[in-house]
Amino acid sequence: MDYAGLIQILDSALRLSTPLLFACLAGLFSERAGVFDIGLEGKILASAFLSAAMAAYTGNVWLGMFAGILAALMLAAVHGVASITFRGNQLISGVAINFLASGLTVVIGEAWFGLGGRTPQLEGPARFGELTLPFANAIRDVPVIGPIYADLLSGHSILVYVALACVPLTWWILSRTRFGLRLRAVGENPAAVDTAGVSVVGLRYAAVMICGLLTGLAGAYLATALSAGFVKEMSAGRGFIALAALIFAKWRPWHALGATFLFGLLEALGNRFQSVELLGVTVPTQFMQALPYILTVVILAGFVGRAIPPRAGGEPYVKER
Amino acid sequence: MTQSQSQRPGTASQDAPLAIELRGISKAFGTVQANKDISIKVRRGTIHGIIGENGAGKSTLMSILYGFYKADAGEVYIGGKKTEIPDSQAAIDAGIGMVFQHFKLVETFTVLENVILGAEDGRLLKPSLAKARKLLTDLAREYELEVDPDAVVEDLNVGLQQRVEILKALYREADILILDEPTGVLTPAEADHLFRILKGLRDQGKTIILITHKLREIMEITDTVSVMRRGEMTATVKTADTSPEQLAELMVGRKVLLRVDKTPARPGKTVLEVRGLRVVADQGVERLRGIDLDIRAGEVLGIAGVSGNGQSELLEVLGGYRAATGTIRMNGQELDLTGSASAARSRRDQGIGHVPEDRQREGLIMQFRAWENVGFGYHHEPRFGSGMFMDNAALRKDCEGKMARFDVRPPDPNLTAKSFSGGNQQKIVLAREIERDPDLLLIGQPTRGVDIGAIEFIHKQVVALRDKGKAILLVSVELDEIMALSDRIAVMFDGRIMGERLPAETDANELGLMMAGMTGKVA
Repeated sequence: MDYAGLIQILDSALRLSTPLLFACLAGLFSERAGVFDIGLEGKILASAFLSAAMAAYTGNVWLGMFAGILAALMLAAVHGVASITFRGNQLISGVAINFLASGLTVVIGEAWFGLGGRTPQLEGPARFGELTLPFANAIRDVPVIGPIYADLLSGHSILVYVALACVPLTWWILSRTRFGLRLRAVGENPAAVDTAGVSVVGLRYAAVMICGLLTGLAGAYLATALSAGFVKEMSAGRGFIALAALIFAKWRPWHALGATFLFGLLEALGNRFQSVELLGVTVPTQFMQALPYILTVVILAGFVGRAIPPRAGGEPYVKER
Repeated sequence: MTQSQSQRPGTASQDAPLAIELRGISKAFGTVQANKDISIKVRRGTIHGIIGENGAGKSTLMSILYGFYKADAGEVYIGGKKTEIPDSQAAIDAGIGMVFQHFKLVETFTVLENVILGAEDGRLLKPSLAKARKLLTDLAREYELEVDPDAVVEDLNVGLQQRVEILKALYREADILILDEPTGVLTPAEADHLFRILKGLRDQGKTIILITHKLREIMEITDTVSVMRRGEMTATVKTADTSPEQLAELMVGRKVLLRVDKTPARPGKTVLEVRGLRVVADQGVERLRGIDLDIRAGEVLGIAGVSGNGQSELLEVLGGYRAATGTIRMNGQELDLTGSASAARSRRDQGIGHVPEDRQREGLIMQFRAWENVGFGYHHEPRFGSGMFMDNAALRKDCEGKMARFDVRPPDPNLTAKSFSGGNQQKIVLAREIERDPDLLLIGQPTRGVDIGAIEFIHKQVVALRDKGKAILLVSVELDEIMALSDRIAVMFDGRIMGERLPAETDANELGLMMAGMTGKVA
């Protein structure tokens, strides 16, 4: 493979890892606060649908994005009410949200647009365009560095840069602010937070809503930047892959960047090399495209070393008697 | 420790202004009345003890004062002013700090992070951390509260973790410090250190409320003591004017024998022989590092030690459900140390009975009825059925008999295990294991969470079993219990036996040092 080809694959990996990164950071906020969320997938899907629908209707991608975020926030609120206020089972609530999103997007999509669950193709201002970074064209011809800047880093939609910026921002919030300290504490030992006179419920709701916001961005990116419209089940398990990446990343923001990029890279490789000759055997396309999912299984089976989740994860907080 | 040393110089404490006054506090959980119309006055600059059996309502009362629970009725006055305490933040604002029995620390955080949590100065952590670091240094100097501010809490031993809890309260400028059973997890030396800290705080004018069920601590450190029984406050007296016997009577409502009556042991042949026993836990940590023990018929061997020094693993290996290397002979026969299911079962056939340390997890199934629980481990025996069928009627009848003989209250075989009090749960386990007539009884923490009245009964049963010529291995973190029951005492530290002593020839000081890993006599 030549240098330009390598840059192309990395460029594609960056695009494909962006929704995973949003979702992974979303899960990170929620789980570090002690609320497990397997409903990431459903929130991404709901946001993808509503952002595409709104963008198609108004022709404005920004309005679409806000609608997508709103959809994800609403589902996040459902998860919050079920698992924080009513102390229900967090897994069941998450599964319910996934089913709800999977069904509702198709039914409502058919009712609104009559395209078999799709939204109309998005064009022009109804889609996120590609940003060209300053001087990109000027230094394109500089060897080695030029293509990295002009082809790999430049030329993405604004949401790619937002996702990347979210990594240091998340790290800073968690490790340097009062909110972050309390958020981490509530995921490790909510009783410590409660006896310190801080509201456990308030903190967990805040975390769940941040999770909603970020999954909203993931969905909007998927439907209005990576693709040009909503297709049924277009999240394609990304919410679950993000959860695997979160475990792989040991619930840390910078690790999350690395983990999601790895998944994005595998997806990019699968897309690029439809069939590969390896030692005289042809590796089928299907295998290449299954790579991210195979890695997910490997990670979830615990082959990547011990990852210690937040200690109070998954448990509703009840004052003991 | 003598009485006069613990009393505060001067007599000012008895007419000092009130720090706290509770009037008519009541609290019910469902049908259980945990606190019934409780009134209490605590004077500023005193150490006020609250003593009572498990379930007497001490912790509930203090949790109400700390805003963790809401009282159904009653009023709280702090510094003479009526104060509403709807949540912990209000209690902190009123100058109350609490050290819970189970620490409320974030184990993965550093000491500093734990101290500032909830009391940060602003949105960013940096200034708060710097301020806390300085304050911690000052407090360490003033009150012997040294602890490394950058240490991660889960790496600290329980004594240091407790200091972090006290520092948390002092960082919030608490004037009133409540400690709930603070010495339960400490070595005697650590407990002495804690008491020095508490006296230092009192002498600085802080008010301290100490909740405990240990009479010795009350006598040693408090100025005033209030006694609770079944949710009611039965008496408040000056510590100098009372005695352990009187307090025990107030707690239980009848005269209690604080000493165990027993004759000298008449040990027979060796029943259990342990040689070079080693256990390696999951992460390659050695839990037992070569244990040698002999237990003879008709004696109680007490294993003293701070919990977590290998006692649990020793019991598990002897009980047959943890793998180990080395040899164990029971009546001359070598035991299976693979820790497999058949090993655990063969232990009972070889005459080993086991009253596990954690009765709620290993001794009983809490959701099962009492009659179902009395058969555990022995279900396969012909007396409880044949083949795949169980004889439930026989189990019920057996349970009724056991309940009568062991004074289990209420004597109803159909109640679930969790509906009995700690003492009665323990009696059910004891009845099951003792009535099987084992040659060797393993008994771990026999009186943990058990009230004084039941402790007396359980101790009598253990001594009676010994007098029948049985061997008993007693593991307990309560040094008083070890001293009272054992005919020989072995001290465990870090997976080793530090040495053996005869109860008559040693004292709590020497054992305490051995429990902390030091050997030899001290002057």
